[in-house]
Amino acid sequence: MPGMKQAGLRVYQWFEDRLGLGKPIIDAAEHDVPASTASWWYVFGSAATVLLVLQIVTGVLLGLVYSPSAGQAWSSLEFLDHTIRLGWFLRAMHGWGSDFMIAIVLIHLAQVFLFGAYKFPRELTWIVGVFLLLLTLGMAFTGQVLRFDQDAYWGLGIGASILSRVPWIGGSLVNLMLGGPIIAGPTLTRFFALHVFIIPGLLVALVGLHLWMVLRLGINEWPMPGRIVSKATYARDYQKLTKETGIAFVPDAAWKDAIFAAAILLAVMACAFYFGPFGPTGQPDPTIIQTAPKPDFAFLWIFAVLAYLPPSLETPVLFIAPVLIVGAMLLLPLVSSQGEKHWSRRPVAVLMVAVIAVTLGILTHLGTYTPWSPIMDAWTADPIPTVYLQDRTPLERQGALLLQDKQCRNCHSVGGKGGLRGPALDGVANRMTEDQIIRQVLQGGGNMPAYGNALNPSETTALVRFLTTLRPENQPAAFDASRKMVTSERPPAAPTGAH
Amino acid sequence: MNPNESNPQPISQDDQSSEQPMKTEASRAKHTPHSRRAFLFKLSLLANGAVGAVLAVPIFGYLLGPALRKKSSDESWVGLGRVSGFPEGETRLATFRNPVTTAWDGQTGDVPCWVRHTSGATFQVFAINCAHLGCPVRWFSESKLFLCPCHGGAYYEDGARASGPPERGLFEYEHRIVGDALEISAGKMPTLAARVSTPQALIEIAGVGAKNGAAGVSKPEAQNLKPRCGSCQG
Repeated sequence: MPGMKQAGLRVYQWFEDRLGLGKPIIDAAEHDVPASTASWWYVFGSAATVLLVLQIVTGVLLGLVYSPSAGQAWSSLEFLDHTIRLGWFLRAMHGWGSDFMIAIVLIHLAQVFLFGAYKFPRELTWIVGVFLLLLTLGMAFTGQVLRFDQDAYWGLGIGASILSRVPWIGGSLVNLMLGGPIIAGPTLTRFFALHVFIIPGLLVALVGLHLWMVLRLGINEWPMPGRIVSKATYARDYQKLTKETGIAFVPDAAWKDAIFAAAILLAVMACAFYFGPFGPTGQPDPTIIQTAPKPDFAFLWIFAVLAYLPPSLETPVLFIAPVLIVGAMLLLPLVSSQGEKHWSRRPVAVLMVAVIAVTLGILTHLGTYTPWSPIMDAWTADPIPTVYLQDRTPLERQGALLLQDKQCRNCHSVGGKGGLRGPALDGVANRMTEDQIIRQVLQGGGNMPAYGNALNPSETTALVRFLTTLRPENQPAAFDASRKMVTSERPPAAPTGAH
Repeated sequence: MNPNESNPQPISQDDQSSEQPMKTEASRAKHTPHSRRAFLFKLSLLANGAVGAVLAVPIFGYLLGPALRKKSSDESWVGLGRVSGFPEGETRLATFRNPVTTAWDGQTGDVPCWVRHTSGATFQVFAINCAHLGCPVRWFSESKLFLCPCHGGAYYEDGARASGPPERGLFEYEHRIVGDALEISAGKMPTLAARVSTPQALIEIAGVGAKNGAAGVSKPEAQNLKPRCGSCQG
């Protein structure tokens, strides 16, 4: 065995004499870092890098089979899923790896923000990191396009529709994005080039730069309240700290990175194994319109924002907000490059992270069940609770049929089933008088279309009569107080009220 | 900004590289700014800059090619089928093969649209794409509404905006009737930047669609049909 070792060392030395890379790499790996940074809080950057490597490896492997042609991409994914041995698993790993990568990158971002790591002298490291985040999201979007299914097709339509709103050059931008007049073959190939060549190239180059700066400037020390960053003294203080408490990055600190990276890889594999690959959903045939397109998880919050913005604000917000957000992130380290690093002395920073996280979380949650969207098959699929039909007159039951037939259920739920776009109708007679219901149905308003053209008078009567029966037991029907004053009569009991 | 500020002292120790002893007198002489070699190097930079600029023309020309296309060049008349295929008073889904496609477009080259036959020769042809963000709207004949699955945009039967996030009604294709066939002027994905209907279509390719039998309609004839169509669009 000693002979083997000797031989191995000789081979290494032969290469080292010619390459000269071994020593600088070993030196870089063994460089001293402040002992406080050997923390489980410092593992996210390396985990993101490991996930990038996983994505590159799985991506290249998928590239062996994937066909970037609009006519065949979808079938090649089906082929990967069902015919190629373990193709489904590679697709699942690539998909879950992407979700994990976005999550880890966001956690890394929040961590370095809360630890003040963007302050002097690491401003540029942060700025490069912002671009890495954007590129990661770019990979997620273009990757979703390469999964050339219905969601991808209509997602491209959403992208093109957003771009078309850019003043003056919108039309040219749409053409540039689609590569032609419609979403088709040239669209997929340019997203393929983006996803496979351009963005990964930039990503790898910028990760290299990011890492180089981490090595050159040293990892951010664990912040302490009251330890103020000042450009005049920081470098000296950091060197002193490293000298006094320094430990070798490899192996003293890096073992935590390695364990975490292994855990993340295992988690990706577990998710891939249990949940399988993402889609593809239906084939990218635009003539199949029975679809409810939805973006991937990372973009659900944008989908929700687009549903809730008032129409007049939409275009300005779409183009001004991203500029402001990215601009603020890029300027942050330049504006606040000195001062306190510790989170306990930066309440605004903590509040910002909390508010942004909660906001994104809520919007994403809303995006998972899209309460703003009509449920297209609710009118044929969802039943009316039998209790709402018991002891009802034929006219009222006719109204219940009309409620179904006129697709009211697509937007209004009854008995907990149906669309969430409009208010639930279970207690409508408790909120609105018969006259108000008639007016609302015929004229619409408040985000409801007018049904005056879709209902004839007898249908309106039946529908409204049924609606006036919908109120919780022991709760009075809504009544018009002014009418009561005029007629000085009791308000009509809801189920039997005269028209 | 003070240069000392922007160039922080490197923190890693081994930054003092071994280049220091190399900077001898001789090496400094090599880098004097006015030597012939320095001039030639600058000249070579200039030459490369010029070549680079020339090279940039085809590269950017290629890249921006799709953006520089003329707006009208993608539009032409496409057949949707016989008029009799669209019963009066009904709104039906029709599909057509986009006039501009590539051989590898597959199904994506097929484009759907909604055809509303109001009465007689009066038609409306709506784009499938919601005016909000381009998702496919669905027609509900009972409530006489187009509904969008993405963000809940709703339109009345005549394409006017009913509710939801869209700021305008559905996009409408310009159409005409050639003999027995309904044709629309199509070719581009309808967006806010590229309204589907163009006032005058420049390219007249009658009988493009394989589905209609009205081949060989000459240009004057097509022009004769236009006013008829224009009046029915109202």
